[in-house]
Amino acid sequence: MPKIQDIKKVLVIGSGPIIIGQAAEFDYAGTQACRSLKEEGIEVVLLNSNPATIMTDKDIADRVYIEPLTVEVVEQLIIKEQPDSVLPTLGGQAGLNLAMELEERGFLKEHNVRLIGTTSQTIKKAEDRQEFKDTMEKIGEPVAASLVVRSVEDGIAFTNTIGYPVVLRPAYTLGGSGGGIAYDEAQLVEILENGLRLSRVGEVLVERCIAGWKEIEYEVMRDGAGNCITVCNMENIDPVGVHTGDSIVVAPSQTLGDKEYQMLRTSALNIITELGITGGCNVQYALNPDSFEYCVIEVNPRVSRSSALASKATGYPIAKVAAKIALGYTLDEIPNAITGKTYASFEPMLDYCVVKIPRLPFDKFISAKRTLTTQMKATGEVMSICNNFEGALMKAIRSLEQHVDSLMSYDFTGLSMDKLMEEMNIVDDMRIWRIAEAIRRGVAYETIHQITKIDIWFIDKIAILVEMEQALKTEELTEDLLREAKRIEFPDHVIASLTGKTAEEIKALRKEWGITAAYKMVDTCAAEFAAETPYYYSVYGGENEAVGDSERKKVLVLGSGPIRIGQGIEFDFCSVHCTWAFKKENYETIIINNNPETVSTDFDIADKLYFEPLTPEDVENVVNIEKPDGAVVQFGGQTAIKLTEALMKMGVKILGTSAENVDAAEDRELFDKILEECHIPRPQGHTVFTAEEAKKAANELGYPVLVRPSYVLGGQGMQIAINDEDVEEYIGIINRIAQEHPILVDKYLQGKEIEVDAICDGEDILIPGIMEHIERAGIHSGDSISVYPARTISDTAKTTIEEYTRRLAKSLHVIGMINIQFIVCGEEVYVIEVNPRSSRTVPYISKVTGIPIVPLATKMILGYKLRDLGYEPGLQPEAKHIAIKMPVFSFEKIRGADISLGPEMKSTGECLGIAESFNEALYKAFLGAGINLPKHKNMIITVRDEDKQDIVPIARRFEALGYKIYATRRTAKVLKENGVHAVRTNKIEQPSPNLMDLILGHKIDLVIDTPSQGVEKAKDGFVIRRNAIETGVNVLTALDTAEALVTSLENTDIQKLELIDIATI
Amino acid sequence: MKAFLILEDGTVFTGTSIGSKKEIISEIVFNTSMTGYLEVLTDPSYAGQAVCMTYPLIGNYGICYDDQESLRPWPDGYIVRELSRIPSNFRCEDTIQNFLKRYDIPGIAGIDTRALTRILREKGTMNGMITTNENYNLEEIIPQLKAYTTGKVVERVTCEEKQILKGNGPKVALMDFGAKENIAKSLNERGCEVTIYPALTTAEEILGGNPDGIMLSNGPGDPKECTSIIKEVKKLYDSNVPIFAICLGHQLMALATGADTKKMKYGHRGGNHPVKDLETGRVYISSQNHGYVVDTDTLDKNVAVPAFENVNDKTNEGLKYIGKNIFTVQFHPEACPGPQDSGYLFDRFMKMMEGDK
Repeated sequence: MPKIQDIKKVLVIGSGPIIIGQAAEFDYAGTQACRSLKEEGIEVVLLNSNPATIMTDKDIADRVYIEPLTVEVVEQLIIKEQPDSVLPTLGGQAGLNLAMELEERGFLKEHNVRLIGTTSQTIKKAEDRQEFKDTMEKIGEPVAASLVVRSVEDGIAFTNTIGYPVVLRPAYTLGGSGGGIAYDEAQLVEILENGLRLSRVGEVLVERCIAGWKEIEYEVMRDGAGNCITVCNMENIDPVGVHTGDSIVVAPSQTLGDKEYQMLRTSALNIITELGITGGCNVQYALNPDSFEYCVIEVNPRVSRSSALASKATGYPIAKVAAKIALGYTLDEIPNAITGKTYASFEPMLDYCVVKIPRLPFDKFISAKRTLTTQMKATGEVMSICNNFEGALMKAIRSLEQHVDSLMSYDFTGLSMDKLMEEMNIVDDMRIWRIAEAIRRGVAYETIHQITKIDIWFIDKIAILVEMEQALKTEELTEDLLREAKRIEFPDHVIASLTGKTAEEIKALRKEWGITAAYKMVDTCAAEFAAETPYYYSVYGGENEAVGDSERKKVLVLGSGPIRIGQGIEFDFCSVHCTWAFKKENYETIIINNNPETVSTDFDIADKLYFEPLTPEDVENVVNIEKPDGAVVQFGGQTAIKLTEALMKMGVKILGTSAENVDAAEDRELFDKILEECHIPRPQGHTVFTAEEAKKAANELGYPVLVRPSYVLGGQGMQIAINDEDVEEYIGIINRIAQEHPILVDKYLQGKEIEVDAICDGEDILIPGIMEHIERAGIHSGDSISVYPARTISDTAKTTIEEYTRRLAKSLHVIGMINIQFIVCGEEVYVIEVNPRSSRTVPYISKVTGIPIVPLATKMILGYKLRDLGYEPGLQPEAKHIAIKMPVFSFEKIRGADISLGPEMKSTGECLGIAESFNEALYKAFLGAGINLPKHKNMIITVRDEDKQDIVPIARRFEALGYKIYATRRTAKVLKENGVHAVRTNKIEQPSPNLMDLILGHKIDLVIDTPSQGVEKAKDGFVIRRNAIETGVNVLTALDTAEALVTSLENTDIQKLELIDIATI
Repeated sequence: MKAFLILEDGTVFTGTSIGSKKEIISEIVFNTSMTGYLEVLTDPSYAGQAVCMTYPLIGNYGICYDDQESLRPWPDGYIVRELSRIPSNFRCEDTIQNFLKRYDIPGIAGIDTRALTRILREKGTMNGMITTNENYNLEEIIPQLKAYTTGKVVERVTCEEKQILKGNGPKVALMDFGAKENIAKSLNERGCEVTIYPALTTAEEILGGNPDGIMLSNGPGDPKECTSIIKEVKKLYDSNVPIFAICLGHQLMALATGADTKKMKYGHRGGNHPVKDLETGRVYISSQNHGYVVDTDTLDKNVAVPAFENVNDKTNEGLKYIGKNIFTVQFHPEACPGPQDSGYLFDRFMKMMEGDK
């Protein structure tokens, strides 16, 4: 029973699609909160547009609405479900903004719905720049000199009084969108214009720049009775100037004395008390490194990415406790689930050190600026735990899965000393590697500190790692040296390459000298109390606390590591459901993962959690302790699949589809053979190793061709080539990334792209549904709009797809999941890709078909048969509603990234549109993705020559909707010839008024710009697209998407959206 | 150089010697604070003990002499996982390595401090030896360890002479049983004129100074060993002068008024203990350092009632004396190290003294 008796039905608002600045952490927080509410017997209504989340599962909430996060939808939902309360502080900024709008409109009051947790006045006090500043001044908490401005002129005037540089922070935006540091007036004008537009309320804070100060965060909790505690503090290694989401962060703070620590802690408690927050809150500080002077940078009156990190770093479940507080409990009434002996009114004490490193998407956006600023760019993060800082840093580095495993992984040895010193000024994701190189060359700590402002303590720690590299290179590998190298977490293969030995030799030496990993517990209390929750991290040199014995059978579930483009939250959904399914079968479940934002790394998901890098060596250390009966790799994305071979070598049984068959799907030769045996056609293709071979293959097949590395994720490095030059260029790019695998050159077929996820028990298959992509083949499946059930292909084609799926699953001996992508040209069906694992679409298709795919696949792995479980094998009957998965991008966050879609995946998340009719589903999907049109009814069209005829009917339909169409010369000509009124506009390089003026005039709803195929030679389109994105204009780069959009706009009236409870499907 | 930590139960940890090389026997306790190692080292309540820091990275910000809680470090020995190779902080004046050497405090680094903590948690606080002698003989050492007692430590740590901190406000007599400097400072900052008396000062002398209030400080050791002090405290109790007591002072007042204290299994040492004000229901995070606790079963309800309790283990954290202007707490409102949340208690004491006028 809740403490406040009249709370019976609560609406929880999630955070929507994963975008940069709002990622999986809110699924974690939301899921924890929903479970926490249900524990109290409360009926939970959930709204979140993101189908890949665990929180939108019917196991988590009672009523689940995967609908667009708009005010209208929430209002409609409140009228429909009549909750008595709304809990808005767990869905990130998106949920908070929605709740605030409802409150401001008086809607909540009108419908007798209250906000629980933190009140709207408090939210306003914390979020509104001016109110926040006034509040801080009132209680004597210092903030940097600042002014909220509503115009560029005011910004310039104010900056002239406080001096450059200044930091600009738009009000009510995510992840610092549109913010930045301006060093001169030109920069100020640019950033300010952009920021004013992005801010929901048209306000930007102009603030004295305190770049270079230490950035410190406190996670604070307060209950309704006024009790408050700090859960954790964190220190950013990157000083103020880099968004905390993009900074390397250590917990607890390392360079603060107790006086500084307590000064800021007391300040944080004063702030949370004055604001009257009930729940969790994050306070960010800038601390002058040369005095006790500090400034409050920001307060987030809600759970945040930092609170997810703090929860995992300490074991203190912030979201769960925040939910209980919202129900009226006080901190001393809420038990600490980790110890079972203490209460939530207890400050966690760490006896280890935690390092977080952001996962930045520059491997996907090669053209993007790598510079880190106050605008967040990371898509995800990794966390590591060790009892020394060096070890935690090393573990975090290798958890990134970005081909980095030490401070030697980015090579700066080629830089001259002058160049290196110059590049030390660059603030990007490779900064610590440059610092390491500077240390190798004997640059003084003080010099490095002067340039980077990074604290000497951290520089010394990097130096310790560099010294170890030197020692391993030059000294004899004694027992003591190896012990020390392992203490600071040098992986065996790095030690091997430095000592000229093999990794096997190093492993043998370790065995001989008894140097093995031990596991310690994260227990919130530094061992003061016995903990009940087995949440472990590894160290070298110490007592092992992990006990491997178990009566029950044991399964190891490998997680999917950091959220990145191509491998998102979907795989966490799969890992968690797989774990739960094994639990139900009375298995002891063990998860290894390193992503602090996810549900899978919550301490109460698996029986045991190992917070570790997902490398063969780290996994083997766990295996040595746990000796699992088997491991499941098919749910953890490519991260887990990549570990298959290593697991087999360790003698761990791969449960489900065998390793050989996983390999067969990835190995082109083997796979071709299987397709041939099954009589399944695929686009012709060749496996090559060099550019010459590739060109030969391409000419033989005939252009266009698809070029891609084998063993890829999210189409990384995949490109469509239309001539020899393209082929040469792509092969060059592919080979820049370490490549041990061959390159594939395939004939490019332009047909309908179809995707299927199937479950196989070894004999029978079950296909929950067939998904069809709106965009033609050539755009990565993760970036395409996906429609279930498939609408435009024939029944014959569907039958063929079912049959091919059956044949493939059987010949690959699939036990569990298989994902197949097809191209359908007329009645011809080709297979283009097979993944013998769970895919990105599994959560979405599970939810819209009501078939619990992951638990079912897990049962197959355990030996159950589909028929025995009451399922009729084959393609399942189609649902009566249409469900559309819409990709969502974060292009505005990544300066310089090309936004045109192609075979390489670029979207960061997805949302769902579900409705009885296709048009309504489509409308909802676009709405969920933030495309809320029309506004100004002005659009720009500029398409490549191949698309000029196809654009005409689309343009005509936009025109009919009242759109004024601007077009570049040749596009305009074609449109006019076909009777579509189009205003011809100059290209960018031509005199004003040109396209750029239009875009910057803020009156454009939409740009349709299809880039010329192949490598775009002209920069023109790129510049248009970037500028449009950065000014908040919607840009579509595929005609199919444009057609879908116009269809959705033609047919639906927003007031009539029918909301569907997914839990009833 | 190697160093060894040998526990009463025969466990031996091998690590690296830090600070002095001398051999010591002491009571081994652990402290869970993540910052404030200098405040811990200079807290006189650690006299007669060797402290193990559970936070593994110690010395990161060096030594800043301003942060000392007394003029010198008191623990017999110091046990850490890792000492920072270099300190970094704008106030840093010295390294912890030098500091330990200067005061001849031996220590051991590089041991699994978590394993040690788990032993102390499971088996309770025990005695141990820190030595650099590789040829140690367990059979000889263990009986010595078992026989060791901390003895009368208060007399070691208290000041030798009366001291006065000038102020314009109420006159406070501070009984120094091993007081942390921030107690006097907290009072002085509030305007009090603080007269610090050696622990063995008689009640008559203290009362003879006509104080507006009396502050009984923290201090080391078993409160029951302070037999003569307890007698003086009883006289102070009888005096009607407002009294505020912290930690050992709180225990001594309880003993003086007929209640009993008991030794805890492994005590409370750290900066994260939640204490509940039983009057208001509010919970505060407190700084703690005690191995003994007042046994509430032995309280005479007509004399004193619990005012605070520990949220975790429900042990007593403070008493309110019936019909008296006396309140006492087990935790440390003066913080240093640790949370400053209960600093308001000094204000409450101020009010008590003002109300008395």
